[in-house]
Amino acid sequence: MTDLAVAQRSLRGLPSLILSPRFLRSALPALSLTVLLLAIFYLQPRTMSYFGLNLLLNLALPIAFATIAQMCVITVNDLDLGIGAYVGLVAAIGATWLNDTPLLGVAALLGCIAIYAALGALIHLRNLPSIVVTLGMSFVWLGLALLVLPTPGGKAPDWIQAIMKFRTPWLPFTIYASVGVALIVHVALMRSAYGAILRGAGGNPRSVARAGWSLLRTKMTMFALAGFFGMLSGLSLIGLTTSADANIALRYTLLSIAGVILGGGEFVGGRISPVGAVIGAMTLTLAASFLSFLRLPPDWQIGAQGGILIVVLAFRAIINRAEARR
Amino acid sequence: MKRLLATTILAAVVAIPAGVSADTSEKRIALSNNYAGNSWRQAMLKSWGKVGEEAVSAGVVAAADAFTTAENQVTEQAAQIQNLILQGYDAIVINAASPDALNGAVREACDAGVTVVSFDGIVTEPCAWRIAVNFKQMGKDEVLYLAEVMPEGGNLLEIRGLAGVFVDDEISAGIHEGVAENPQFNIVGSVHGDWAQDVAQKAVAGILPSLPEIAAVVTQGGDGFGAAQAFKAAGRDVPVIIMGNRHDELTYWKEQKDAAGYETMSVSIAPGVSTLAFWVAQQILDGQEVPKDLVVPFLRIDQDNLEDNLANTEAGGVANVEYSLEDAQGVINSGS
Repeated sequence: MTDLAVAQRSLRGLPSLILSPRFLRSALPALSLTVLLLAIFYLQPRTMSYFGLNLLLNLALPIAFATIAQMCVITVNDLDLGIGAYVGLVAAIGATWLNDTPLLGVAALLGCIAIYAALGALIHLRNLPSIVVTLGMSFVWLGLALLVLPTPGGKAPDWIQAIMKFRTPWLPFTIYASVGVALIVHVALMRSAYGAILRGAGGNPRSVARAGWSLLRTKMTMFALAGFFGMLSGLSLIGLTTSADANIALRYTLLSIAGVILGGGEFVGGRISPVGAVIGAMTLTLAASFLSFLRLPPDWQIGAQGGILIVVLAFRAIINRAEARR
Repeated sequence: MKRLLATTILAAVVAIPAGVSADTSEKRIALSNNYAGNSWRQAMLKSWGKVGEEAVSAGVVAAADAFTTAENQVTEQAAQIQNLILQGYDAIVINAASPDALNGAVREACDAGVTVVSFDGIVTEPCAWRIAVNFKQMGKDEVLYLAEVMPEGGNLLEIRGLAGVFVDDEISAGIHEGVAENPQFNIVGSVHGDWAQDVAQKAVAGILPSLPEIAAVVTQGGDGFGAAQAFKAAGRDVPVIIMGNRHDELTYWKEQKDAAGYETMSVSIAPGVSTLAFWVAQQILDGQEVPKDLVVPFLRIDQDNLEDNLANTEAGGVANVEYSLEDAQGVINSGS
């Protein structure tokens, strides 16, 4: 960059900051969410109430948790194709053991998280492609879920239902919970010292290892975190549905990946945005609502949902290209 | 006196439809459908669209819109139901992706004062109405028909559906119950045809050489034509095969009937059951007393009404019937 260009940039000041690709890229998820929300308010004014926002967004919370779980895995440059089935297993355990024999339920859930950590270790030690391992595990999770809950049913523990139905003042519980999760994960991963190590383990593993950090430990930590957030996803989901089905969340696998990417994350590892991921999950949920409020014929809705994704990602590609040009 | 009675009945008959259109003309009904990927579901949506449009233009209801989720997923349908509540529908008719896991969303709808009617894929939430299919009775009816046309009995071949699916278990249980009550029949073989003609044909062809003479084949629908092909290929006489209302099955039956007086019957659930659910929802909105659990009538085709039904069935589709308000009232009254 020449001196002249630098001078020009500093002269332009604020407008150039707003128009800078870096800012645009981090603002894009929030921007698309706002546009979508405004469109929904315009189409269906009924949603502009406590009741309306609650119905509109409450199913976004489990997706947000699943997205954060996926993001943990993507951070260390892996991909989890089993998260949807895993959430289904947690839901099955939650609606059966956790309700009938809480001790067994808690033990089973902790066991699941331990298996997740072990998966991280396995992938690291044997240098296996995570896609293969997690895809294989997705069948294991689904099988276990069917063993725990062969036919749909069960009952979510009352305390989970009470939490999910809790009427917080001003705004629905989902919004507080989403903001809380986004901020906590943001501080932990983006602001803390160890968070930088964890992200570095995905972005540049060799230098992190040279600096004396255990890559095995970072992988296990991130996979355990994925298991933990996957568990929160399953439990919050049955809190809303009141009972479970082994197949309840199979869709979450792709939704969570789309959420991470929509929220500004990238597949290369280390480049993530926890706040963006939560926003991405919300955007995906709202996109479906938006289309149904538009009264689009059912045959077109599937395609239109993909269309919204492509539009948002196309914007990002344009911004990225502009950034590369500088 | 007789004349007075007749007048009263006439007045009552005239008064009912008039009262109906006055009460629900402002009401809006939505269909929440979890899947549209086969001919049965496509016919179901088409029937809903047709009857809904007629009802709207006749002023019976203000809207009858259909919504289908992109994939057959519980979470998606739960979100869809919540969206329908927000859109202010007075009643939501559901063909559910899961009997239990939608209960949270259904509860939200009930709490918001929305009438919920589930059919085919029913929900267990007590506040919703259920129009269920009695698959067990369907299986039993097949054997009862056979007992009627061949009182001397004989060997049966059973073609089952997709293993592990609730519907398969129920129909099969009904068939076995029917056989237990009619001991002159004896099930000598059982294969899984997965409700698909090609699968059924292969399965039957595989088991045929090991079987004695077969008097009849009991089926689950979508497998009768394949079974007939297998018998023909093996050079054996085609026995009485119960059909399942599919176009290819009815066509085959018609050909054989014209050629050699082939006799059988065909039974399945008409996709138009969505329109029955529509009218039940309309009746509930109208303030009628409707029991929470209703049973879907079967669409049964016999020797004498084969031609009519075949003419009304699209190639590659399933025999269908659209239900009327009177049909719904009949179902409601028989249920209470």
